[in-house]
Amino acid sequence: MEPTQSVATRSPGRWLILLGILLSALTLSGIAASPAMAEDGSTGAAASEEEEFEYFFTGNVTFEDEPIEGVRITVEGGGFEAETETDADGRWRIGVPEKGEYEITLDEDTLPEGVVVAEGEATVTSEFGLTKLRAVNFFLGEGQRTTTDFSAQVLIRFINGLNFGLLLALAAIGLSLIFGTTGLSNFAHAEMVTFGALMVLTFGVDLALPIWLAIIIAIVLSAGLGWTLDAVIWKPLRRRGVALIPLMIVSIGLSLAIRYTYQFFYGGSTRQLPGATIPSDIHLGPITLSWIDVASMATSIVVLLAVAYFLLRTRLGKATRAVSDNASLAAASGIDVDRVIRIVWVTGAALAGLSGILWAYFRPGVSWDMGFQILLLIFAAVTLGGLGTAFGALVGSLVVGIFIEMSTLWLPSDMKYVGALIVLILVLLFRPQGILGRRERIG
Amino acid sequence: MIDWLAIFSNAAQEVISPTTAAYALAALGLAIHFGYTGLLNFGQAGFIALGAYGYAISILSFGFPVWAAVLVAVGASVIFALILGIPTLRLRADYLAIVTIAAAEILRLIFTTNTFDALTGSASGLQGYKDGFAALNPIPPGSYGFGPFTYNAFDWWIRIVGWTLVVIFAVITWLIMRSPWGRVIKGIREDEDAVRALGKNVYSYKMQSLILGGVYGTIAGMIFIMPRAVVPANYQTSLTFFVYAILLLGGAATILGPVIGSMIFWVLISFFSGFVARAVEAGWLPFMSQVQAGQLRFILVGVAIMLIVVFMPQGIFGNKKELAFVK
Repeated sequence: MEPTQSVATRSPGRWLILLGILLSALTLSGIAASPAMAEDGSTGAAASEEEEFEYFFTGNVTFEDEPIEGVRITVEGGGFEAETETDADGRWRIGVPEKGEYEITLDEDTLPEGVVVAEGEATVTSEFGLTKLRAVNFFLGEGQRTTTDFSAQVLIRFINGLNFGLLLALAAIGLSLIFGTTGLSNFAHAEMVTFGALMVLTFGVDLALPIWLAIIIAIVLSAGLGWTLDAVIWKPLRRRGVALIPLMIVSIGLSLAIRYTYQFFYGGSTRQLPGATIPSDIHLGPITLSWIDVASMATSIVVLLAVAYFLLRTRLGKATRAVSDNASLAAASGIDVDRVIRIVWVTGAALAGLSGILWAYFRPGVSWDMGFQILLLIFAAVTLGGLGTAFGALVGSLVVGIFIEMSTLWLPSDMKYVGALIVLILVLLFRPQGILGRRERIG
Repeated sequence: MIDWLAIFSNAAQEVISPTTAAYALAALGLAIHFGYTGLLNFGQAGFIALGAYGYAISILSFGFPVWAAVLVAVGASVIFALILGIPTLRLRADYLAIVTIAAAEILRLIFTTNTFDALTGSASGLQGYKDGFAALNPIPPGSYGFGPFTYNAFDWWIRIVGWTLVVIFAVITWLIMRSPWGRVIKGIREDEDAVRALGKNVYSYKMQSLILGGVYGTIAGMIFIMPRAVVPANYQTSLTFFVYAILLLGGAATILGPVIGSMIFWVLISFFSGFVARAVEAGWLPFMSQVQAGQLRFILVGVAIMLIVVFMPQGIFGNKKELAFVK
């Protein structure tokens, strides 16, 4: 078996005739990949340079016998992301930390004009066999990519950004209300976001309940998580009179503990919710959306309106804003501050859970650290809008979401969060109280 | 059957390991920020990353000698501290926390992105920068030591340099905290307005403290990369939280706390991980896989941070009267 494989390595011409394209020396079998690659001198040398990872994906990108340089390949899975470009010989390899299932994507935009992935998708899912090296193949062919002009792209990014911003807002409003009423910068908010998505995964996929039921259960459980966290951890700590900075560090410890507890039980892989990968078949001018995108935006808007109504028109909402403004004064005027805080935790957690479910569809995928990936963006949104103001959080989220998606028009996609975080720092420089915040809050 | 000897000897090795030294120095820097000045720096991972990348890139891409590479890294971290400090040091403490954590993530994303692959090696990182440091090694080649502490000449060289730096910086910290400068710094932690009323420029003192502690982190970063490669995944926010765990364990406003705290922390982590991994291997914990055993340490660190902050905020070496927490 092995000698035959290495012959195949050295005579790629036959493959080219058969397939029109050679992507890997080892299309037949991933199992025999390792010994064959070792005989291939240059790739073997590269292996000794990358000691950090044990497992590698590898491949060759050529088109009609010509290697293609600079094609971007990304690997994602198990909370790990990496990307590389093919070298002058059209080769690429990416090391990954552990054995598992990964999604490998070939960026079609980096292919030369008139070349596309002909057979199958530009994204393939791959697993390691018995060896530490796995060959991944893309079958290139002649074809026309549907290219969109710049203004259409701006519109598409804008809608995407709006969707992302709305789901960020759900999480950000909870964080902002909690900050407003208790003064706590809750770093464990990210884990409340992840919780919603994990519960849908558990009930909707593992227990195979209908998805609408799973989502309702997940939101109810999220609210329960908020109640429990306040009852078990935060209320006793408030009673003890623990200062705000220690509380913040407690939330960091809690975040770390919960996040790795998720990984302990759910593993490091990314799994999909039902319907997450349905095709985008709603066409509005240049924009194509799936009904999941539409439902996601509609849900966010309805829920945000409901929260706004709650805060502005109901007695409880007014009490919440009063506590947020000045807790002692609110207590003096007969508001039960502890009860308000409990309600804020429950609402905030339910909103965060919902946000997590929508985030799982937006990414798409559920993983143990998905909430932590957007935690800083939520913080950026809250700070941008003004710490402690609910509507500021909404405005800030929309700005952050749209900014991130629009920035991918110019920035490479693995840098898109950098722009948002730099904007956060700039805002603090020029308007530290945020867009809707009041001057006195920052002192 | 469990190999207790291996578990104990692995744990014992952590006492003098270069990683322990690096964490001790990074925690010492954080003690200046958090313990003495009351600055909530959650971006220590960023300073450590600047040390690692500043040194490695200077040597690999520009061919600098060791001393110049060290200067480049330290210079980069001073600039980083200025960029962080200018917008945030006038604001309330939690703004600094959010900005520093964001800035450290920005650095990590920049080091990870493919755009600068030629310099940073993107996700697979950098290596091959150790020759200059190894050439300074006066120890003749060979194997030295006894028992579990047997290493080759290069490994001893890293340990000697690393721990010498820890001792030097610990003494420096002790001296400056007794100086008038140190008293102002501690005054800022206790009551910023009072210090301002005495005519001190609080903003400037905070900035100096941020730079100084950041430089400690950067030097820690250079020790950190000597026994391993530079990989961007090492500089995630959890690195900062590990350093915080060490600092809180030892005592935030102490000199010995971060150093001894780091030793205790790594010996315990190594012992715990070794024990759980082997217990899983031996079938004592049938509900757990090897991978899961590896994740337990993070859960443990998280719970430990919470418990220490609530029940023992002064840490092992701290004085209960000198609590490090600003209101």
